[in-house]
Formats: sequence, C-alpha cells, structure tokens
Amino acid sequence: MSELSYTEPKPKTIAGAREDWELVIGMEVHAQVKSTAKLFSGASTTFGAEPNTNVALVDAAMPGMLPVINEFCVEQAVRTGLGLKAGINLFSQFDRKNYFYPDLPQGYQISQLYHPIVGEGEVIVDMEPGVARRVRIERIHLEQDAGKSIHDMDPTMSFVDLNRTGVALMEIVSRPDIRGPEEAAEYVRKLRQILRYLDTCDGNMQEGSLRADVNVSVCRPGAYETYRETGDFGHLGTRCEIKNMNSMRFIQQAIDFEARRQIAILEDGGKIDQETRLYDPTRGETRSMRSKEEAHDYRYFPDPDLLPLTIQQSWVDRIRASLPELPDQKKARFVQDYGMTEYDASVLTAETANATFFEQVATGRDGKTAANWVINELFGRLNKEGHGIADSPVSAAQLGTIIDLIARGDISGKIAKDLFEILWTEGGNPAQIVEDRGMKQVTDTGAIEAAVDDVLAANPDKAAQAREKPSMAGWFVGQVMKATGGKANPKAVNEIIRAKLGI
Amino acid sequence: MSIDKDTARRVAHLARIEVAEEALEPLARDLSRILDFMDELSQVDTDGVEPMTSVTPMELKRRDDVITDGNRQDDILKNAPDAREGFFAVPKVVE
Repeated sequence: MSELSYTEPKPKTIAGAREDWELVIGMEVHAQVKSTAKLFSGASTTFGAEPNTNVALVDAAMPGMLPVINEFCVEQAVRTGLGLKAGINLFSQFDRKNYFYPDLPQGYQISQLYHPIVGEGEVIVDMEPGVARRVRIERIHLEQDAGKSIHDMDPTMSFVDLNRTGVALMEIVSRPDIRGPEEAAEYVRKLRQILRYLDTCDGNMQEGSLRADVNVSVCRPGAYETYRETGDFGHLGTRCEIKNMNSMRFIQQAIDFEARRQIAILEDGGKIDQETRLYDPTRGETRSMRSKEEAHDYRYFPDPDLLPLTIQQSWVDRIRASLPELPDQKKARFVQDYGMTEYDASVLTAETANATFFEQVATGRDGKTAANWVINELFGRLNKEGHGIADSPVSAAQLGTIIDLIARGDISGKIAKDLFEILWTEGGNPAQIVEDRGMKQVTDTGAIEAAVDDVLAANPDKAAQAREKPSMAGWFVGQVMKATGGKANPKAVNEIIRAKLGI
Repeated sequence: MSIDKDTARRVAHLARIEVAEEALEPLARDLSRILDFMDELSQVDTDGVEPMTSVTPMELKRRDDVITDGNRQDDILKNAPDAREGFFAVPKVVE
C-alpha cells in the first residue's frame, strides 16, 4: 500500500430561495518557481530588494535584448509535474500573451498557451481522515511574472518596481473538480504542501509566491455528474473568475459570496455574465473588473525569440529518480509503520521538517508514544509560543531520551512533563538532569510500601471505606504519589495499595 | 477572411498604435490581403509534415541558474520619463 484509500466527499449544497444549488470550482494557481535567477534573465529573484535592483536589461525590455531560458526553472516545472503524477511534454513552446500594463515593460508576457511543458495530473485533497477529493490537473505551463505597481505612495502617480518582472511562474490549472469553498482552500493547502516537499516553490502566500484565480459556477444537483459523464461543459453554469487571491480564508469567503450572488441572479430569472471579478476582503464581496474586458484579447502567437523547448526523456527520468517521498506516501507509511491514526500522520507530515524530526524521535522507539510526544507536547508548545520546528528549543535527541527514560521506568509520565519543561527553558542532558535533580522514579517496592503504610495509617476510616468500595483506591494512589513527590511508579503504588487493602 | 475598418481600429488600439481615421480603410484592406494570402498558403496539404521552427538545426539555448545581471538601478531608470525613489513613476493605474 503506497497511499491510503479514501471516499469522495459530498459536494456542498447551498439552499437558494427556491431550490438547492451545487458549486463547481476550478482553479489556476500561480506558483513562483524557487530559483536563484529569473526565467529568461540573469537577475536575482530575491524578495524585498531595493526597487529596480533585481532587473536585467532583458527584464526592462530594452531594445535588442533577447531572452535565454534558465534550465533550472524548466527542471523545477518538470519536477512539479512529476510530483503531481502528470505527463511531461518533451516538446513545449513559448507564446506571447499581449497586453499593456505599466509593470509589464515588454508589452507581452512570455507564456505557454498551445504547448505547455506539463500535461494531465492530479491532486488528492484531504478533507478528513478517509475522505478526500481527487482533483484533476489539466496542465502546468511556465511563464513570466509581472512587476509590482504601488498605488498609495503618491496621489496622482503609480510607482512601478520591476524586481519581480520575469521571475518564473508555474501556472497550475485544475479541472472544475472542486465542489465547495472548504475544498478550494484545502486544494491550495495540499498543492502548497506538495510544492514545498518538492522544493519547487516556497509557498509563501504573504509574499505572493502562491496566488490563485478561482473559477466559480453553480448548477442544479445532478448536472455536474452529467458533465463528468459526457465531458460537455454545457451542463455546467456560466462561470466567473475571481482574480489574484493569496489567502485561504479569502478564497473561501470569495467563493461563498460569489456562489450566493450567482444563485440570487439565477433564481430571479437573470443570467450570469462570464466575467472577471475581484474580491474585496473589507466589504466581503466580489465586484466586476469591466475595465479589463477589452484587454482580454491577448492575441497569442508563438514567441519568435524562442525556439521550441525540447527535453530528453532520460533527463526527465533522472529528475523522477530524485523526487522525495511525497505527502500522500509519507502519510500512508506513517500509518502503516508506526501504527498511528491518519489524523496524527497528517499532522506529522504537514511539513517535511516536522516529519523528519518525528522520525528522528521515533527511530528505535515506540512510534505511537513518539507521535504523542511530538504532537501533543512539542507541537502544542511550539504553536503556543509561535515557534517553528527549526527553532525548537528541545531537540529530537532530547525528546527521544525522555521517551527512553519513561520506557525504562526511570521517570513517570508526569515527571517526564516536568523534564520537558526544564529542557525547554534551560536545555541540557535529560538523563543527567534526572540524575542530578533526583527526579528518578521510585521503583523500590520497600520505599513505596513504607509510604503506603503511612498513608493507610493516617486515614483508617477511608481505608475501611475503600475495602467496601474498591474504586476508592484511586484516592490512596493520589495521596501516595503526593507523599513521594510524584516519583513513585504509579503502577507499583496501585498494586501495593490494592494488595494491602485486600481488594 | 476580411478585416473591416472597426476591426482595424480595435487592433490598432490594442497594439497602442495611433492610426488616423482616414488611414484605417487602407489599413483594413492591407490586413485583409495578408490574411487572404495566409488562406491561400493554408490550402497546401501539410498532413504529416513536422512544423519547421528554424532554418538551422538549432536547440533552444539554456542558461545556468546563476545571477549574472542586476544592481543597475540607474541604467534601468535612465530612460524613464519620470522616476522617483528608485521606482518608475507613471500616471495612476488602479483597478
């Protein structure tokens, strides 16, 4: 078993004033390729540099400049395609998408309309344990990013920074297989996770490394299934495209608003105009971008500056051989090898670094115990204090030693938590700390017996009650633990108390 | 295929090329003639013929992923009609 089995979720239904409606959503995700230099120039891709410093003459579209493709960007797109189980096209070609905007000095974006580098693939979108949506990927193409315009630095002027101009983007286009706002957000989350595993995009949504255009339409229940059977889009409603979203929360809100807007129009007897819309998060609504309508005549044609991109199957095979273990496989392996729940496996495999940390802790130890400690104690604490795994004050080796100390019976679970606290704030060698600070569990039955005798002697009436009602024994365990500073082995205490009370 | 005057006007606008009103009609005629010639060419049976993308057997040139350019803000902004604080300054464009 390399992947876990799942069933598909029910589509989201929205009750209109008169009838029920379903959502149909397709996404175009723009993922910035993780590379040192740009797609067609030798300028840096570093985010946040001084304006117009990461700009080559090619990016500024100076006359006579010619683009030369960065081979690593091609490799990253191929790697991404392979990670999404997609077909790789050994022949692809670049086209010009023509439009005028101040942050696009060429007057066209170099993209791949007719022959993209990556063909059909898939993303399995996890909704809950055992439930997932298979979203088909239609294609991935390579293209140039545009620059950035800043509109709020001057009352009459826009300021343009070309640092981002020409950075490589992968446009990842899905089929309309997403059936609700939550699925859409989870789709982006899963895609981001895979890209980060592959190390082909840093997935930083705040910096705009991952942006999504969302196509939304609504239909009557059953119509989507007819579309899937026939492949005829005519069974689906007219779609609207919501542009440029870089937050999972906004994606959900925008889809929800847009679906309800369309339902209201349709139930009123109106029809949906196919158009591009923008989501306004402060108002929580989408609005039309009519000004862009004419600009949508992009007059694509093959870029005469660039020959077709031909790559070798052997090169693709080498990239395939270098792929890391991907989230779905890792999750399945964790469930299978460590006997943990699918939920725990999802948490531990969310990021490669988390999974690696866990495996360092779990190697040679009980997997479930390791999972509990990493998730509940470590991740819980890291989240609370806003740390990532990389700057965890407690190392995998330290956490592993805590688990060993418990397994050997040297410390109790309760003392282990105190030990974790000491390691978190002071650091140090766990075994040494236990030794030095006298935290070792008392397993010496003689010492425990003495403590039990003391407690029984001090509470004769409670002891009499406990003989009648054995569930009272727990109270004595608590007292003995208190008397021994939590260091007595609770199991031994329990056994001795029961023996002495004769229950 | 024929291009009418309105189409010529629209294409000129999309390409940001200013064409005087009286020049539109002749332009439309020229464009139509070009397209007619294309139509004539497309009557040739090219089934099974690979598209020729270059007259020489060349491969697309590739670059390594290294930084070889940049840090020339002055050069980049030199020809800009207006530049401020390292940015190109253009008439406000806001969606």
